[in-house]
Amino acid sequence: MFIDFFLILKNNKIPVSIGEYLTLLEALDKDVIDHSVDDFYFLSRSILVKSEEHLDLYDQLFGAYFKGIETINSEEFMDIPEEWLKKNGERFMSPEDMEKIKAMGGLDKLLERVKELLKEQNERHQGGSKWIGTGGTSPFGAYGYNPEGIRIGQDESRHRRAVKVWDKRTFKNLRDDVELETRNMKMALKRLRILSREGVSEEIDLDKTIIKTSKNAGMLEIEMVPQKKNTVKVLLLLDIGGSMDDHIELCSQLFSAAKYEFKHLEFFYFHNCLYEFLWKENIRRWDERVNTVDMFNTFNSDYKVIIIGDASMSPYEIMFKQGAVEHYNEEPGKVWLERLKKNFKDVVWLNPVPEKEWNYVQSIEMVKNIMDNKMFPLTIKGIEEAILALKNSKLGF
Amino acid sequence: MQFTGTENYIASRDLSIAVNAAIQLEKPLLIKGEPGTGKTLLAFEIAKALNKKLYTWHIKSTTSAQQGLYEYDAVSRLRDSQLGDEKINDISNYIIKGQLWEAFEADEQVVLLIDEIDKADIEFPNDLLLELDKMEFYCYETKKTIYAKHRPIIIITSNNEKELPDAFLRRCFFHYISFPDRETLKEIVNVHYDNLEEDLMQRAMDIFYKLRDKRGLKKKPSTSELIDWIKLLLVGKITTQELDEVKNMGTIPPYLGALLKNEQDKEIVVKGY
Repeated sequence: MFIDFFLILKNNKIPVSIGEYLTLLEALDKDVIDHSVDDFYFLSRSILVKSEEHLDLYDQLFGAYFKGIETINSEEFMDIPEEWLKKNGERFMSPEDMEKIKAMGGLDKLLERVKELLKEQNERHQGGSKWIGTGGTSPFGAYGYNPEGIRIGQDESRHRRAVKVWDKRTFKNLRDDVELETRNMKMALKRLRILSREGVSEEIDLDKTIIKTSKNAGMLEIEMVPQKKNTVKVLLLLDIGGSMDDHIELCSQLFSAAKYEFKHLEFFYFHNCLYEFLWKENIRRWDERVNTVDMFNTFNSDYKVIIIGDASMSPYEIMFKQGAVEHYNEEPGKVWLERLKKNFKDVVWLNPVPEKEWNYVQSIEMVKNIMDNKMFPLTIKGIEEAILALKNSKLGF
Repeated sequence: MQFTGTENYIASRDLSIAVNAAIQLEKPLLIKGEPGTGKTLLAFEIAKALNKKLYTWHIKSTTSAQQGLYEYDAVSRLRDSQLGDEKINDISNYIIKGQLWEAFEADEQVVLLIDEIDKADIEFPNDLLLELDKMEFYCYETKKTIYAKHRPIIIITSNNEKELPDAFLRRCFFHYISFPDRETLKEIVNVHYDNLEEDLMQRAMDIFYKLRDKRGLKKKPSTSELIDWIKLLLVGKITTQELDEVKNMGTIPPYLGALLKNEQDKEIVVKGY
């Protein structure tokens, strides 16, 4: 039962396994729920979906697959033959079915008939499978023919809701391809944790204590070690001004998330492309500059560099000297990006411009090439990939 | 034996189904959701509703899986050995049982809450796979396998600070407590304050939802904040007229601190008014 549904989930990248499928069957077998589609939806959701990121996709797939079934509301819902489900999925009728409808006096007549049947069924408390049997193919054909037109269940308010639960798509904003909030960002950034022992010894090191004690002829000698702490060092370079103004909210969110997450966090601003100087406070960008070379020398190569910028500029700003829009630069931006790459082992570029638009901006492609393809969109998924790239510099993208 | 919420806890239909399915199929139930939507409370209420004993295991960043099973106090055994204490001959004197062990050993089915599992190290959930699956573990020191006499009802909460490993998720049922809609929220407030004036509630809810809709809030106020806030409104004898004023004149709501826990959030709201 429901193998097709299970395969649809699997094919649409919801991570389900056979174990969960069997659990679902077991749950149905044990009559955990009443036989209603709503309950089945809740049950299957709690068994098959393991992350809120997938809830929305699940709702959509569930809606698509089970479209039509919710009007039955039968006690024998679970006994609906698989073939019927398949047929319902096809939605469109064969010419013969159309003929049958006409023979019954058109769609409206047919609808009345369906309603009558439905009422009859209520009074007699018969199972829905019978109804399907007597109703024949036509009522369902009709449903397929005009899916919006016949809302049998709702006409008679047999359901509590006007909109099906899964059609509400309550979990839409939890999907991982939507732009994120700080909390989600923190979560994504957290993967960059590198734990190591540093600082004051607070924990007892049992093994060493035992060894030392035995060496000490059995006299107890306690050995302590420091606790594990996150020691990753991050250098954040933020593009500011110009075309970046559109993305300022998103960037400040990422910035605050990063500030909270990393103890060793340094940040600098630049404009459009990296050149010979950077600045720490945007208001005083013309007075208090930091030489990029000094920056290279201050931070050693184990700092992980995250550049945030839309990389949308004129190609001259990257390729030619004196190409920068704001000042007279001796060397082209490309040279500085190459230097940055040479100085730091792990560098990634996060781009707030949606990935599908990258192809239309020449400079984005250019920067992406310079960065060895390590440019990722500023979404949870993008950050996750970027973190992966930072953690393992050998990974190719 | 069905869980449908208690007089103090409104469980939505989907939540009760998830809980009952997890109980019947004897699988752990993983609960996620916004802070303040009653994740931890759920375990307490299940224990109350089904009249079962509750064991709680609160996870911290330094917690290891072993601590939930048992800890072997080698240091005191060593110390005792130097003092020539008789106790040292039996190693089980130095085994300190963890919450999981206690729950397994109980004579009747109990509820076990593993709270905020995401706080622990990334590997933590993986270390509990066999224990949660088979409900048994091996104690190396005493060379005994501990079996669960009755498989406990296990409720696990997570605040999403770390992703949980797939292998772990496979073994759990999952439920995401979404923020309640207006009707449910009303019910929830009602179980906490049963004779609350309808007018006051209506206005308090309006203000509350308006706050939640404010853009750019770092931490949106949730159910538990609303309940605290209404308590303050009652204690402070705030009248419906005063709340009307907030709504219509756009003044700052009283006791804003109960709803917003963050300086910047407060600033956003104050500026907006």
